Amino acid sequence: MRVAERRPLPLRIRTDGIAPIVALLVVLLILVAFVQPDFLAPSSLMSFLGRSAPIILLAAGQYFVIVCGEFDLSVGSLVTAQVVVAARLIDSDPSRTWPVVVLLLAGGALVGLVNGLVTTVLRVPSFITTLGMFLILVGAVYLWSDGAPKGGLSEEFRRFGRRAIEDVPLLGRIPYALLVLVVVAAVAVVLTRSDFGRTLVAVGDNPRTAELSGVRVVRTKTIAFMLSGLAAAVAAILLGGYSGVSFQAGVGLEFGAITAVVLGGVALGGGRGSVVGAMLGALTLETLFALMNFTGVSGALRSTVQGVIILLAVAVSSLRSSSSR
Amino acid sequence: MSALSLRPARHAVPGVFVALALTLVIGWLVVLLDGGQLFNQSTTVSLLHVAAGLGLVAVGQTLVILGGSLDLSVAFVISLSTLVAAEAMNGSDGAMLPAIGLALAVSAAVGLLNGVLVTKVRINAFIATLGVGLLLKGYLDNGYDGPAGESAPALVRTLGYQRVGPVPVSFVLLLAVTAAAWFALSRTRFGHHLVAVGGDPEVARLSGVRNDRVLITAHVLCSLCAGLAGVYLASRLGSGAPRVGTEGLYDLESIAAVVLGGTALAGGRGGVLGTVGGVLLLASIDAVFNQLEVDAFFKQVIRGVIIIAAVAVYARRAMRKAGS
Repeated sequence: MRVAERRPLPLRIRTDGIAPIVALLVVLLILVAFVQPDFLAPSSLMSFLGRSAPIILLAAGQYFVIVCGEFDLSVGSLVTAQVVVAARLIDSDPSRTWPVVVLLLAGGALVGLVNGLVTTVLRVPSFITTLGMFLILVGAVYLWSDGAPKGGLSEEFRRFGRRAIEDVPLLGRIPYALLVLVVVAAVAVVLTRSDFGRTLVAVGDNPRTAELSGVRVVRTKTIAFMLSGLAAAVAAILLGGYSGVSFQAGVGLEFGAITAVVLGGVALGGGRGSVVGAMLGALTLETLFALMNFTGVSGALRSTVQGVIILLAVAVSSLRSSSSR
Repeated sequence: MSALSLRPARHAVPGVFVALALTLVIGWLVVLLDGGQLFNQSTTVSLLHVAAGLGLVAVGQTLVILGGSLDLSVAFVISLSTLVAAEAMNGSDGAMLPAIGLALAVSAAVGLLNGVLVTKVRINAFIATLGVGLLLKGYLDNGYDGPAGESAPALVRTLGYQRVGPVPVSFVLLLAVTAAAWFALSRTRFGHHLVAVGGDPEVARLSGVRNDRVLITAHVLCSLCAGLAGVYLASRLGSGAPRVGTEGLYDLESIAAVVLGGTALAGGRGGVLGTVGGVLLLASIDAVFNQLEVDAFFKQVIRGVIIIAAVAVYARRAMRKAGS
């Protein structure tokens, strides 16, 4: 029933939700423009968007899980595992690139499927499910590679993460990562506007009501986890290409993605927020880090700033929502 | 209300101890067949040392989880506490007690911040304590590259390495903290109120419980426990270690131990005795694997599977109870 109520107003709700994050992003961009005017030149802006693509993808994936009331803490370890697995399977042989890409996507979906089924069918809180998956994936990937990454990525594989279409009029260059991002973002937006997307929000808003009104909660949530796993796989392909093979490839990304989602106005516990907000949250976070780089703030303080921002963002939204009541 | 809150705690405790007993018996047999000894002096001592560190954190974590909250900042509080303690001591026995006091005070202040953010500012506990944890991480990463400070020799001798028979002093400390937490939960007004808040905050509030104050207290106590674990680790390592908390996965492992011990992640049901059972279970599995010389990474895979499986069993039982 709630699903039906929502239909007439989806656009307005969406813009309401993302106004604060857009404002914050604009302020940050203006600050960056003062500190480092070159940053806003088309080609460097394009490169920046390309570099930000993996975390934006992860935020989009995390959105689906969070909006239906769950968490996915396994995405960082999934990215690490995928990068290490890709290097070993490709072993610098270009002809294996595409089969491995397909395998990675299937692997991401499979991990999501397991997360989803354990959470919904076995009724293990997703916090524990995905934490357990985190331990399993990290352990498994170290075990499989005897403690040091082996093999190497092919140049073709790395293209997605580090190359761009050069000499584009007006824009300068378009990184392949940005193209991937645009496609995935479009799919994500279409998904949230489909029946599935509305069902997802309804499930997060009130699982009991949703179930009583005939929603298949188990299937909906499981698909959300699979989308998160798929997003992690795509992010891994881009990150592996950009920064290379290491056990550190995905460390901490799950918290970065969750921060971004919350920053983008998505309520933890589910039921409120948009995927566009989540992706903008990730972009804002990356812009903030870029600003810190330009102003010479130590990289180590990144996490302190991330902590302050996340606390402020949530505090402001919670104070606002309680005053409007 | 108090009678209501105590009953489930009694139900929840045995499960994990049955699992613990099974693990120890099977582990003992397997290790024996492998030609080793599970219960010799050195393995028992190291098992209890592992349990002491994780246990101190997990007992504190139990309090916040019972209240329906959560603390993801404990790993960073532990690291911070080792540094504060070791730097303030700087190798001098005379400075030991004030330094421990300082470390605990700093930890308690972090807990206070967590509690205020969760209750007064109404930030979701997951995000609030994650944010505070990130704040501390930045401070630690920015200020420290490696070990710093020097623990007082007297502290290293006593808390770090002294034993009563095969039982390390640190494990005795864990037992004392557990007893205190058990007493607070089952025999004091604070404990009853905490469980009530975790069970149903609205009902608790309507029956006159000051929810905010109770939860803030729980957060302060949780951080104090993490600070104490930090002091213990400083006594084992001899210095402050900026990454000891995160590398030990104390945040996630403490939550896992609490949940293994039968405390509901949503709050309102469970207790510290179960948590100690959960801690001993994790430490025993570790000890068995060490004896069998199982690959460290394989150990982690198994640990992940065990945590998920155990919680699934609890969830199944809770479902059956709800259905009957």
